[in-house]
Amino acid sequence: MRHLLDTDTLAREDAIRILDTAGQMAATQEREMRKLPTLRGRTVVNLFFEDSTRTRISFEAAAKRLSADVINFSAKGSSLSKGESLKDTALTLQAMGADAVVVRHWASGAAHRLAHSGWMHGHVLNAGDGTHQHPTQALLDAFTMRRHLVGGGKDPAATGKALEGLTFAIVGDILHSRVAGSNIPLLRTLGANVVVVAPPTLLPYGMAQRSDIAVHHTLDEAIEAHDLDGIMMLRVQRERMTGGGSGFFPSPEEYTRLFGLDGERLRRMPDHAIILHPGPMNRGLEISAEAADHPRSVIVEQVSNGVAVRMAALYLLLAGEEAPE
Amino acid sequence: MNGRAQNRAYVIEGVSLYGDTAADLVLIDGVISSLSAADAPAEAQRIDAAGLVALPGLVDLHTHLREPGREDAETIETGSRSAARGGFTAVHAMANTTPTADTAGVVEQVWSRGREVGLVDVFPVGAVTVGLNGTQLSEMGAMANSRAQVRVFSDDGKCVHDALLMRRALEYVKTFGGVVAQHAQDPRLTEGSQMNEGLVSAELGLAGWPSVAEESIIARDVLLAGHVGSRVHICHVSTAGSVEIIRWAKSKGIDVTTEVMPHHLLLTDESARGYDARFKVNPPLRTQADVDAVRAGLADGTIDIVATDHAPHPDEDKDCEWGAAAMGMIGLETALGIVQRTMVDSGALSWRDVARVMSETPARIGRDDDHGRPLEVGEPANVTLVDPQAAWTVEPSATASRSNNSPFGGIELPGRAVATFLRGAATYLDDRFEGVPA
Repeated sequence: MRHLLDTDTLAREDAIRILDTAGQMAATQEREMRKLPTLRGRTVVNLFFEDSTRTRISFEAAAKRLSADVINFSAKGSSLSKGESLKDTALTLQAMGADAVVVRHWASGAAHRLAHSGWMHGHVLNAGDGTHQHPTQALLDAFTMRRHLVGGGKDPAATGKALEGLTFAIVGDILHSRVAGSNIPLLRTLGANVVVVAPPTLLPYGMAQRSDIAVHHTLDEAIEAHDLDGIMMLRVQRERMTGGGSGFFPSPEEYTRLFGLDGERLRRMPDHAIILHPGPMNRGLEISAEAADHPRSVIVEQVSNGVAVRMAALYLLLAGEEAPE
Repeated sequence: MNGRAQNRAYVIEGVSLYGDTAADLVLIDGVISSLSAADAPAEAQRIDAAGLVALPGLVDLHTHLREPGREDAETIETGSRSAARGGFTAVHAMANTTPTADTAGVVEQVWSRGREVGLVDVFPVGAVTVGLNGTQLSEMGAMANSRAQVRVFSDDGKCVHDALLMRRALEYVKTFGGVVAQHAQDPRLTEGSQMNEGLVSAELGLAGWPSVAEESIIARDVLLAGHVGSRVHICHVSTAGSVEIIRWAKSKGIDVTTEVMPHHLLLTDESARGYDARFKVNPPLRTQADVDAVRAGLADGTIDIVATDHAPHPDEDKDCEWGAAAMGMIGLETALGIVQRTMVDSGALSWRDVARVMSETPARIGRDDDHGRPLEVGEPANVTLVDPQAAWTVEPSATASRSNNSPFGGIELPGRAVATFLRGAATYLDDRFEGVPA
């Protein structure tokens, strides 16, 4: 692996290798001394053209725990907000000797362009590009799912295993969600069944016709039709709701009635089903406080797993094939 | 500057007129004076045209020359060179310049600069609305009556989306035999759009430009044109549904003409994978089913002409992330080769048909009286020589255009224009350019 750009082109064995490595990384994080010397002397740049404090600090923590030097380059108060192009930024980073660039950008395909336009030679990690993909989010979700639903006993991390035969629902704005954009292909690659729940206005073109995905237009219907092992609630962006006749659904209240996860719906799901949310949550809109704080909610754990998965991705891209330590 | 050809006589020997009749062409004093080399004066320059096809000089109804305003992308001179090299003797320069070509002053400036360069006839297209803003009709009468004698009006780049304004424009241009060329794109259905709405856009996470946004405007405008008894021209038809609607409109006797672009005859939305912005264009590259439909439409006459939508952009507007890139691609020098590859070599069109779709009909739509004329004695000597055997590989940086944003780099084309004559002067011959005296 040279870059991590999307999950469409991520081979099953590479995905499992990242998850396994993340398991090892997570284990090191339970020690008293959490910092590993693995990437000492390497430079990782966090290049953020879009605000995302959560993702940025997660990557920053991951790189620092691997002893890499971290440079944060964000849009506010820098040349990025003065109209410097992606190309010029890439040339600058190349000149500074960035070994890896973690890029968050509003334009779909920006990470791909950075990796393949000859502007720079470093490794590129896509930290979210437009409405396209966010592969480390999907990997941390898969890591979390695998721990809870596959692992157990002597091997809680379920090393070497996929998500074969498990069924996950992804609920909400599938059309604009890069989280869904990465999760759907990765879950399919790992052998899971994917159930998508959204109003027709928030589904990507052609998804309703796909034979490998089940689509439902209400959450009740999906809960009724499938024995879900997990449910992922996507954040509803306020700007999608209304505005000059271009709202994707009539009102937040109607959205909550049809698509919100609350305790009552939760109780109709299998007892072992876990609840995921990529954050930040709109409590009371796509998820009730009861569901968010429920014992089966793994939302907080997703955050800590995010650091382990990003450590694994950085490690595998930058340190090659050697095992950690 | 270009050299000036001084009333030189040419005799083009052994050429195939329209690919089906062997003849010679003697060009003297701006006209075709004979079809026999025996009539040529001794001092005439002889051109051995064995194996070449002669067509009436090509006419592009849809060109962006960018001058005035974006001379960093193209000028009337560089665009004229590119056109002459592509086999064109006339181009219609779209109005979306800075300032907009919405007054007699601007269109006269473009027209006279075209004359001064002298490589092709540059016919300015006038804006339908002031500043292309879609709110107030521009002074189309003044442009029609100016020295530029504008007959084609278009807000190209933007759709005249207000139905009432479109109706008024269609009616108003009847005053001087003009035509409105519509850029059919419902603005609301295409807000923020980046590429064709389909499976590929869904996978790439790029906002979609649905076919219906084109088709609904075309449906409305053919109905409007029928209602007010005007002619309407539809720019860059790109979808299978559009072809069907136009076929229906023509069957009802509505006076609609349409154009298709070479890139819509050859490329599909699959090209967007890789996010290479050279493939970003408006209307976007569609699916293979759409490509098949526009080819069929061109073959059966539903689509009247091929036009280039030559749209130069400097490197910095293409060498960037897809979402930030400009829409459009250059196409004057590749149009003929692509038409040969997609339509002639497949047997869908003859060279006589190519003369119709790339010269005669566009000239008729644009009211370019001296272009698209038959290759006969006494007719204006506007002639393009095509070598249908001159296979070549497109190298974008080798273009005469000031910009090199071609999506066809590395593609092999079967033939090309090798010489272009405007009013009897060789504007492009042996890879040299010569302007015609104004």
